Amino acid sequence: MSTPDVAKAAPALPGFRISRSTRMHKIVLVLSVAIIAVLAAVPLFAENAFMRNMVTFFTLVALAQMWNLLAGYAGLVSIGQQAYIGLGAYGLWLIGDVLGLNPFLAVFLAGLLAVAVALPVAPLIFRLRGGYFSIGTWVIAEVVRLIVSNIQATGGGSGKTVLSAARLPIETRITGTYLLALAVALGAILLVYFLLRSRTGLALTAIRDNDIAAQSSGVNVFRSKLIVWVVAAYVCGVIGAVVAMNLLRIQPAAAFTINWTAYALFIVVIGGFGTIEGPIIGAVIYFALLQSLSQYGTLYMLLLGIVAVIMATVAPKGIWGFIVKKWDIHLFPVSRRLVLDTPADQDVKPAEKPGPAPMAESV
Amino acid sequence: MTDVVLELQDVDVFYGDFQALFKVSFQVEDGMTFAFIGANGGGKSTLLRTIAGLQRPTSGHVLFHGEPVDQYPAHTRVGMGIALVPEGRRVFPSLTVRENLLMGAYGGRKGDWNVDSVVELFPLLKPLLKRGAGSLSGGEQQAMAIGRALMSNPELLLLDEVSLGLAPVVIKRIYEAMVQLVGSGHTILVVEQDVGHVLTVSDYVACFLEGRISLEGKPADLSSEAITAAYFGM
Amino acid sequence: MVWANVTVQGILLGGLYALFATGLALVFGVMRMVNLAHGDLGILAAFIALFIVQSLGLPLLWATVLTIAIMFILGYVLQRGLLNFTLGTDDTRPIVVTFGLSIIIQNALILKFSADSQGLDAGKIENISIKISNQMSIGWFPLIVFLTAVAVIAVLELFLARAKLGRAFRATSDDREAAELMGINNKHIYSLAMAIALAIVALAGVLLAIRTTFDPTQGGFRLIYAFEAVIMGGMGSMWGTLAGGIILGVAQTLGTQAFGAGWGLVAGHLVFLTVLAVKPSGFFAKTVTA
Repeated sequence: MSTPDVAKAAPALPGFRISRSTRMHKIVLVLSVAIIAVLAAVPLFAENAFMRNMVTFFTLVALAQMWNLLAGYAGLVSIGQQAYIGLGAYGLWLIGDVLGLNPFLAVFLAGLLAVAVALPVAPLIFRLRGGYFSIGTWVIAEVVRLIVSNIQATGGGSGKTVLSAARLPIETRITGTYLLALAVALGAILLVYFLLRSRTGLALTAIRDNDIAAQSSGVNVFRSKLIVWVVAAYVCGVIGAVVAMNLLRIQPAAAFTINWTAYALFIVVIGGFGTIEGPIIGAVIYFALLQSLSQYGTLYMLLLGIVAVIMATVAPKGIWGFIVKKWDIHLFPVSRRLVLDTPADQDVKPAEKPGPAPMAESV
Repeated sequence: MTDVVLELQDVDVFYGDFQALFKVSFQVEDGMTFAFIGANGGGKSTLLRTIAGLQRPTSGHVLFHGEPVDQYPAHTRVGMGIALVPEGRRVFPSLTVRENLLMGAYGGRKGDWNVDSVVELFPLLKPLLKRGAGSLSGGEQQAMAIGRALMSNPELLLLDEVSLGLAPVVIKRIYEAMVQLVGSGHTILVVEQDVGHVLTVSDYVACFLEGRISLEGKPADLSSEAITAAYFGM
Repeated sequence: MVWANVTVQGILLGGLYALFATGLALVFGVMRMVNLAHGDLGILAAFIALFIVQSLGLPLLWATVLTIAIMFILGYVLQRGLLNFTLGTDDTRPIVVTFGLSIIIQNALILKFSADSQGLDAGKIENISIKISNQMSIGWFPLIVFLTAVAVIAVLELFLARAKLGRAFRATSDDREAAELMGINNKHIYSLAMAIALAIVALAGVLLAIRTTFDPTQGGFRLIYAFEAVIMGGMGSMWGTLAGGIILGVAQTLGTQAFGAGWGLVAGHLVFLTVLAVKPSGFFAKTVTA
């Protein structure tokens, strides 16, 4: 092949830019703001029972985002986040009751108690990988639960009542907790969104695909994982504090139960791993099912387990993954797209940055 | 008229979106030693892996004694008489040399090859039988890997880059052993980057470039200029 | 002398932990998979044995043998029919699926048997002891459990070292693809490994049920102790798992003796975390990478 002919024949390349958002993203943004406004206005017309129930929904949304951040983006399948949820709950009591601070403020400080445990724990359990890492996270949760259960100062096995919250006027507490929970859910979503758009987010994608390769290309794997680990612990702590505000009673068995992990796992498996939209969809579905089926308790959990196993085996990308595959919808502009300037000035169906083709051992 | 042991018909192989082989076709007769040369990434290893069953053709067929074998997974092909010595040796490091050889016989056929006859072919293995395979040198591992494949009493022996990473004196010894194999009635497919040695033992050679055969023929009939051109695609 | 007694109790307890741990380590060794439902499967076995004894009226020994056989088959089917499909490049899928499995087993057991504590009755043997000295006696049953663990590990090690199939296990563990080239059907080998693992954990579950009370939610704890024993003992070593179990058992019993009932388990976990910090590859590791 002689090259001069080739150069003459090539057409001028179209202009292009790398963009994150499309027109759809802008529509979604407007819709989201509208939904949030409606949710924020709920206390004006809803009953207390409804708002208390919605707190559960918001905490599930936030929890699922954190669990997915760890498992779907950083490859850290934690089955021990309940350690930090429980620490947050006890943190509320510690800061609100014992230290006497305003409970609404205490909620955000309680997350720091979770971080105080998560930080020293990280270098230990990061030595474990895969399933052994997962069990390691559970060991941490068990240690915290056992210690809290054994110490009289924290109320031992029977726990404590969060008096600083209980003493608030009922309307203030219920409305305040509702808005707090809404803020935490939104905060969790935005946190994940901005984290993924940052350099850490890029590092995470590399780590998720192949962390040894990522390390050799200069990505500080430990630091990226640590950031995600600490962020998730903090938010889980805040979630725990919000739950404690809602329930007013904290007990080690309930605060540190593995069921937290189970709920998060179900939601993410059903909704979809590795996307922001997936856990939101999953939380909506899970919560809707919860309303109608929770009376069946054990049977409900059994069915969820079966659904989770089937979906994780057969449809690992979840319901959202199915939607993406069929209609190529992305609500959150997280990935970078190649946008060509065509004469019609429309966004061309973008060539999404492809994942690495499955590499063979040798060619 | 000699039997056609192996035939490839228009074989395409993809790794995800990447196409490694483009409509590859050729025939190998019984007792023949067929060499595949070419630069890295040309598709030679993919070819052997496909014949061995580790890779499935996206289209086209692999025929063994005239019958298509594409539906058979790799672990059944050993029992049919196809044995691959994979690229990079791939020994079992926590097994001893003897145990590695015994593994070769695990799914193989009955025949003359056993630990003793393998050691006869590669005397350097004799003192190493009890040693962990992970502690062997490259040349020792290569000899063992070839012996391991022979333990299955194959009809078709596939050798992938056996000289890779070995010192010249070691390569010489491996090829000396291979000359004995060539004479013993096996059909052998050899993949090599090092052209020099392999042409001396083979009856037929094909050069691979970017997934296609760019040149083929008997070594005696091909000039070194033609081979070089086909090798580098000039 | 009370400390010596307590230490011996801990060692014997370690035997039970090692028995639970062995199956977990075997499965991880052969296919790099951590089965989060491992403990629950042991508890499932205990309930199966209970059912056979209570509803079918068979004597305990027969019930045990039958349970082990059932769990062996279950292990093969589970691996071949479900878990093999979760293996691949994605590390997270088997974890999620086996966790889901754990939830299924626990809740199914609660539905069928209720959440109450149960026990298996082995008769007199549970209560008799051997008197060693004035301050120390060893219960016959804990000793039997310990010796069973030693025997199982010894047989397993022998199998891996000498048997043709055991060699195949080791080869598959070393290099899955090269093993295929030897004629090894990985799907089948994985399923056999799981079958053996579940047979062992079934035995462990039945012995646990005799030794102490059990209920559907105990599986998680069994998994954790098994895991701690494996990690402390070191990857790739079955005898190391026994050592790990002993370390854990002794830490727990000494902790209970020193600090009271609630702190024994904490002591065990803290010892585990210390070993993880100080000697993360365990004491008797044969392989370097996890």
